[in-house]
Amino acid sequence: MAEERRFRSASGAPIALRRRQHSASCRELAVRGPRLQLRSLSAATSAVWLAAYGLFALCENSMVLSAAIFITLIGLIIYLHFVKIDQESLLVIGSLGIQVTSSYASGKESTTFIEMGQVKDVVINEAIHMQKVIYYLCILLRDSEDPQGVSEVVPLFQSSKPRLDCLIEVYKSCQEILEQRKTAPQSS
Amino acid sequence: MVLKVFFPSCCSSADSGILIGRWLSEQNSAVILAVVHFPFIPVQVKQYLGEVQRVTKVNVSVLGSWSNSKQEKEESLSEFLEDLGTIFCHEPWIQISKEGDSKFWSCSTLRKHSKNPQEEEIILVYYDQRKVMLSHLHPPLDTAGQRAEDASKLSAIFDTVARSQVLFMTDRYDEGPIKLTHWQSDGVEASIIVELMKQASVPACMLLTFLLSLLSGVCRSRVLKFWPLSFLWSKLSTCEQLGHRLQHLQVISSNKKAQNQNQLMRKADIFVSLLIDVALGILLMSWLYRKNRIGHLADTLIPVADHVAEELQDLLQWLMGAPAGLKMNRALDQVLGRFFLYHIHLWISYIHLLSPFIEMILWYVGLSACLGLTVALCILSDIIALLTFHIYCFYVYGARLYCLKIYGLSSLWRLFRGKKWNVLRQRVDSCSYDLDQLFIGTLLFTILLFLLPTTALYYLVFTLLRLLVVIVQGLIHLLVDLIDSLPLYSLILRLCRSYRLAAGVKFRVLEQQDGKPLRLLMQINPLSYGGVVQTYRLPTYSCYPKDSWASLCKKLFLGELIYPWKHKGEKQN
Repeated sequence: MAEERRFRSASGAPIALRRRQHSASCRELAVRGPRLQLRSLSAATSAVWLAAYGLFALCENSMVLSAAIFITLIGLIIYLHFVKIDQESLLVIGSLGIQVTSSYASGKESTTFIEMGQVKDVVINEAIHMQKVIYYLCILLRDSEDPQGVSEVVPLFQSSKPRLDCLIEVYKSCQEILEQRKTAPQSS
Repeated sequence: MVLKVFFPSCCSSADSGILIGRWLSEQNSAVILAVVHFPFIPVQVKQYLGEVQRVTKVNVSVLGSWSNSKQEKEESLSEFLEDLGTIFCHEPWIQISKEGDSKFWSCSTLRKHSKNPQEEEIILVYYDQRKVMLSHLHPPLDTAGQRAEDASKLSAIFDTVARSQVLFMTDRYDEGPIKLTHWQSDGVEASIIVELMKQASVPACMLLTFLLSLLSGVCRSRVLKFWPLSFLWSKLSTCEQLGHRLQHLQVISSNKKAQNQNQLMRKADIFVSLLIDVALGILLMSWLYRKNRIGHLADTLIPVADHVAEELQDLLQWLMGAPAGLKMNRALDQVLGRFFLYHIHLWISYIHLLSPFIEMILWYVGLSACLGLTVALCILSDIIALLTFHIYCFYVYGARLYCLKIYGLSSLWRLFRGKKWNVLRQRVDSCSYDLDQLFIGTLLFTILLFLLPTTALYYLVFTLLRLLVVIVQGLIHLLVDLIDSLPLYSLILRLCRSYRLAAGVKFRVLEQQDGKPLRLLMQINPLSYGGVVQTYRLPTYSCYPKDSWASLCKKLFLGELIYPWKHKGEKQN
């Protein structure tokens, strides 16, 4: 079963949270950011081409125009493949682990899987960023030497930056599954 | 607790039989390695498993039953399969059944000694057996040794499949009492080329080892250890690079088999790097010798050296006049200027003396580019160093003069204030001087102070020239370092067979059906290119600047000689 709700990101852009329950111990939570707008794309391209045409009018060298086209194409490819993240999702499988996926606009997906044995907890943290206080969800990893300590903090949803209401929904879903591993009988 | 069953995707269409694999009780998961088909004799199966256990040291046992019925579910078969549970007693006994072509299988467990008779959830994880067997898991770089043992549960699974290779050696064409299905059961594959190369590599390695031992014997002979020659060898970067490559060749041609994955990858990296290096070197050589480009290069070398010397002479004439409007001390200016001009005159005559032989020397030196592109670049760097030797000399003269002046000034400044440097106590103490000491000291101080701008200017100009040459040499060495340390074989492997270098796994949720177990597909998450380079970088004799910016500036200010690209004697990882 899947359900989708609309929220806002920390900067005010509209985002959508989609929750899917695959089984009693497996849940997928995906946050989708706004898609690439045609408006901003054409604005950037026109600006670069106008500047190139102005330079061409000054120096009468047609290489400037071909260079501008080249730069625009390469810049667009780099932006779509390495910068623009469309969707960030969290797949929580009880007793296996947590998988964090970021899908880029060009279709590339970058995945990290954290085993359940390394996960200490999933919490909402606050951070001071410039003049704002923002909330972010993060996974705390267990430290091997110190059982009470935390060795690493893995922040989630860094590109879409949802607000607190969305984060609370995700937090509740995750905690329901993480609770199961405490109540289940531990076998050595 | 949740039961996880790792099922190989190649066995999805196998006929009914029993499942063999490894049971990891601490994780409550079963790793299925193969399916044994009917008919079989239980005693023979147990014997076979015992043998496999002895060879692979993996605790392989019968885990459950697998039924693949093309028609409706047969009641007798299911009872027969349950009875098998009593013969091969394993706790829990896993029963997987597939009906027809349905994707959704039903999975159940039988526990005899179950204290809580609740239905436990089962997760079915499909994995590609061949890829998991060949893959090498790279733990994250900042793990402590303790963490590596208990943390990665997944590495236990990879380990199990990788060590059970002997189980996958029998295919269905073998005549044996046991019929298995696994990823290689359709026929064991091998490549003729690989086998031939393996056979040919042994005598080739032996020949190479013999030649290398001869060569290193010659290099280590006493003749080459006399003082002028050994000093020369240590200064030339070409010799260091050749020594480095010789060590690489020794590593490749050694007879010992690689102990673990890292050593194997390193050998392969060194081999591919050497091959590409020599190929690029031969390409460069063919380009240089076609149309006699090297002759043209030799012809332009002398005019370029002349031109540089002329430019230096112009520079000195400019300094001897009123450079940038500054007023120099006439006498000192003329002395220093004439001194350096005479040096340049000597240098030009020396170059002209060598000019008939330059072409021949360059022709023979260019031939050594076939040893590799790195050697050619090192030779270029050495030629630059030799051609700008006069700049180096001027820098040393200027720096020494300036250094003396600064030390003199600081000591006389202390005298001017009535203090003295106490060598025993390593600190500044007050001291009472005689009148004539003070008089001479103040006089000398004034003289040195007013001569400071002239010396400082000469020092500045020559230091800038020297830094320019050092930067050019540094860039060449950076390029050589890059070619030396890049693990090309690992990068090509990451490009073509990305499953061999795994950073971890990723799961994909397949179609679900209510009431059936959760279906996941486990795929290999390959290591990123940056991770590959960081893990498999080849060690080099690194030439990174050993001074920080602050200490470099301090040395420049005080006039101490700087050697920013000092080659370290020993290799560094």
